Amino acid sequence: MSLDLLTPSFEVIRDENKCIQCKVCSRQCANLVHRYDEEDNIMKADEIHCVNCHRCVAMCPTKALKIRKYPLEFRENANWTESAIKEIYIQSQTGGVLLASMGNPQPFPIYWDKMLLNASQVTNPSIDPLREPMETKVMIGRKPQKLEYGKNGKLLTKIAPQVELEIPIMFSAMSYGSISRNAHESLARAASELGICYNTGEGGLNKDFYKYGNNTIVQLASGRFGVHKEYLNAGAAIEIKIGQGAKPGIGGHLPGAKVDEDVSATRMIPVGSDAISPAPHHDIYSIEDLRQLIFSLKETTAYKKPVFVKIAAVHNAAAIASGIARAGADAIVIDGFRGGTGAAPARIRDNVGIPIELALASIDQRLREEGIRNEVSLIAAGSIRNSADVVKAIALGADAVYIASAAVIALGCHMCHSCSTGKCNWGIATQIPELVKRLNPDIMYKRLVNLITAWNHEIQEILGGMGINAIDSLRGNRLMLRGIGLNEKELEILGIKHAGE
Amino acid sequence: MLKEGRVRIPSGCAISGIINKKGKRFSGADIIKSIALMHDRSNGLGGGFAAYGIYPQYKDFFALHIFYDNLSIKMRVEEYLDRYFKIESAGVIPTKDVPSIQNKPMIWRYFVKPFVFAIGENNDENEFVAQSVIKINKDFDGAYVFSSGKNMGTFKGVGYPEDIGEFFKLDTYEAYAWTAHGRFPTNTPGWWGGAHPFTMLDWSVVHNGEISSYDTNRRFVEMFGYKCSLQTDTEVITYLFDLLVRKHKIPLEKSIKIIASPFWKDIDRESKEIKEELKTLRAVYSSALVNGPFSIILGFQKGLIALNDRIKLRSMVAAEKDDITYIASEESAIRLICPNPGKVWAPRGGEPIIALLDEEIK
Repeated sequence: MSLDLLTPSFEVIRDENKCIQCKVCSRQCANLVHRYDEEDNIMKADEIHCVNCHRCVAMCPTKALKIRKYPLEFRENANWTESAIKEIYIQSQTGGVLLASMGNPQPFPIYWDKMLLNASQVTNPSIDPLREPMETKVMIGRKPQKLEYGKNGKLLTKIAPQVELEIPIMFSAMSYGSISRNAHESLARAASELGICYNTGEGGLNKDFYKYGNNTIVQLASGRFGVHKEYLNAGAAIEIKIGQGAKPGIGGHLPGAKVDEDVSATRMIPVGSDAISPAPHHDIYSIEDLRQLIFSLKETTAYKKPVFVKIAAVHNAAAIASGIARAGADAIVIDGFRGGTGAAPARIRDNVGIPIELALASIDQRLREEGIRNEVSLIAAGSIRNSADVVKAIALGADAVYIASAAVIALGCHMCHSCSTGKCNWGIATQIPELVKRLNPDIMYKRLVNLITAWNHEIQEILGGMGINAIDSLRGNRLMLRGIGLNEKELEILGIKHAGE
Repeated sequence: MLKEGRVRIPSGCAISGIINKKGKRFSGADIIKSIALMHDRSNGLGGGFAAYGIYPQYKDFFALHIFYDNLSIKMRVEEYLDRYFKIESAGVIPTKDVPSIQNKPMIWRYFVKPFVFAIGENNDENEFVAQSVIKINKDFDGAYVFSSGKNMGTFKGVGYPEDIGEFFKLDTYEAYAWTAHGRFPTNTPGWWGGAHPFTMLDWSVVHNGEISSYDTNRRFVEMFGYKCSLQTDTEVITYLFDLLVRKHKIPLEKSIKIIASPFWKDIDRESKEIKEELKTLRAVYSSALVNGPFSIILGFQKGLIALNDRIKLRSMVAAEKDDITYIASEESAIRLICPNPGKVWAPRGGEPIIALLDEEIK
C-alpha cells in the first residue's frame, strides 16, 4: 500500500547545540527512530516510529532531547477526536483488530480520587508508627465461620492453609513471556525480601525461580501453559485465572516472536509458536465446573495450597463472587477495568468491565449480606497507584491488593502503551536479549523493595492517624471513607457517606 | 437533631466496678460514691449502672427493662410480649424525683419467660430473647429494651451518674457486682437509650473510649444476625462478646485474646502450640479485634472482666481488698470507698482483670 494516512504522534526535538553525536539514542531505540547521518554529521529522527518511551531522553548524556506531542491539530471536533480518526486510518489500512497495552486510559471516573480518609482528633488519639507497633500483616485464605473448642479448652479446629503477607500488597500476574526473565527475577526476589508474593501469570515457572516458591503464586489460566504437578506444588498458592480486568471475556495471545528457547521450555510449547489462551476454560462452562477444578487442584496439592480465583470486574461481579466463594475458593481476586495488560484489543480494554472500586464495594457487601464474607479473602486489583489507593481498597473491604502497573513503573516502565510490540526499550515487556539485559535484576529488585517499603510506611502513617494499629481494623471500615463529588447512587454502592456528613 | 442510632456520637467517660467474689450482696451506695467522685469525667448527658444478683426472687425470668416514649407504643410492645412470653410480673420501675433529671420516658420492668412454642426447634431461650430484644429495638419506634438478663438489671438515663443512681433508688437494691458509667458525649440528642451500660441478656458493658475499628466490628457482627441500632462502641463490644462467648462458645480468656489480640511479634515468640492457636484466633477473628482507645468493664452472671486496648490508651486501675475487687478509671475513685486496699495495680494494655465469683472458679 503506497498511501499511509498516519501522521506521527510524537515529535523528537534535538538541541543541536547540546548534541555530541554520540549515537547513544540510536543504539538505545529499538523502534529505530534515531539514526546518524554521516554526511552531515548529525543525528536525525524518524518520528513516525516514536512511542514516547523516554529511553533516549533518559540516556542522552547531554540532555539534548525532548519528546513532545506532535503539534498537528485536527479541526476541533468533540465527537471526532484525534484518536477516533487515527483508529479509522489504522483499521482501514490493516483490516485488523486494534491492539493496545496497559490499562484503560479513557477518562472514566477514578473513584479512589473521589474518596477521602479520616483521622483522629481529640476524642481518640492518633498513634505514632515510629513509637508504637503498627501491624500490616494479613492472612490470606479460607476461614471457618467459627472455631470449635473442646471441653478441655483445647482448640479443635484446624484452619485451611493461609498465605501470610507481611504487607497487604502482592505483585499481580505477569507471565514470563509477556515480560522478560530479568523482570520476573526482580519481582520474585523483591517479593521474597518483602515477605509478600508475586504471581507467575500464565506462563509457567522457570526452574531457576522455584527457590522463590514460598513467595510465588502460580497461575493456571485457560491455556494451561507450563502447568504440571511440580509447578502447582511449587508456590505458596494457586490462582485460577478466569478473567482479566483489561480484557474481560477474551483470552490471550503471546506472539511466537516472544517464544524463545527458555520461554518455550517454561511454557511447554514449541519455539516460535504463538501461545493462544482460549477465551473460556474449556473445562469450566459453569460454576459447578469451577468447583471441580478448584478441588482437583486441591487434590493435586494435598490440600496444602490455597486456591485463588481471579475474575474481571463485570456487571454481575457480586453474584459471581458469591458463587466462587461457595465453590470453595480460598480467595477471590477482582480485577478492575483499569488493570493493565501486555496486549488486548483496544475496544475491549476501553469499553468492557467496571471500576474496581464499585465492584469491590458491592462484592464485599454482597458476601456480608450472605454471611460468608469472613470465609474467603478478597484481593483487589486493577490500578492501585499508591498507598492511599491501598488504604481505600482495604477500607472498602479488601484483604489485600495486587499491583502490576505500579510494579513495572518501578522497574522503569514509562507507560508508552507499546508492550504488544515486544520492543520494550526498558527491558521489561520484551524477549529480545539485548533489550532484556538492560534490566539488571540486582539493581531493579531493590527498586521494588523500596517502592513497597515506602508504601508500607505511608500506610502505617495513615493507619496511625486513624487511631488504628493493625490493618485488621481497617478492613471493611467504611466509616473511615467519605465521598467527594459523588451522587447518591455512587455513595450507596460504595457504602460510604459524603464528606461533611 | 438525629436521635442516637441515626448518627454516631463519640464519647469520653468514667467507669467503675465492684464485685464481692464470695457473692455477698451489698447496696448501690458505694458504686454511686465512686462514680460521683469522677464527676468531671462526665458532662451530665448520660449515666448508668448495672447490678448483678438483684432479683433473686425472679432469678429464672428474664428481667426486661424498657423505655417507652408514649402509651401507644407501650401497648404495641406489650401485645408482642403477650404473644411470645409468659409475663410473671410487670410494673413501673420505682423512681424518685430528682430536680436535675428531666424529660423522663416511661420506664417499665417485666419478668418474662418465652413460651415453648416461641423458642422453636433449636430450644435456645437465650437466642430467642436476644432476637426479640433486637427486634423491639429495631422495629418498635419509641420503645427501647435497655436490660434483658436474668437476676440482673441496668439502670440508666440522661444526667450525671450520681443523679441517675438517686433517681432509680439504687441504694435500695443489693447486688454482688456493680458497674457504673458516666458519659461525656461530644454531642447528644439527650436520648435515654443512648446512655450506658449497654446490655444484651446477661452481658453488660461500660466503656470509656472511642474505638477506631467500629465499622469493621459492626459489619462483622451484623453478619451473625445482630443489628447495631445505636451506633455506639459499647453496643458493638457487647455484641462481640455475646457472639464469641455465647454463640461461638469460645472460652472467655480466648475471647479476650481476640478482642485485644497480642501483637504478631509477641505471637511469634510463643511456643509452637500456643503460637498456632493465637495465629488461628487472629486469622479467623481479625475483624473482632477492637482497635483504638478503650477501657471496658464487662459484667455477666459469673463476675466482672476489665480490659484495656492493647497499647493502653485509656486509664484504668484495679484494687483488691479481702473478697472485693475494685476497678475504676481513676485510683481516687477506689480509695474513696476503700481507703486501704490490699493491692492496687494498673493492668497493662490487653491484659485482662478477671474477677469471677469463687463458686464459678471451683
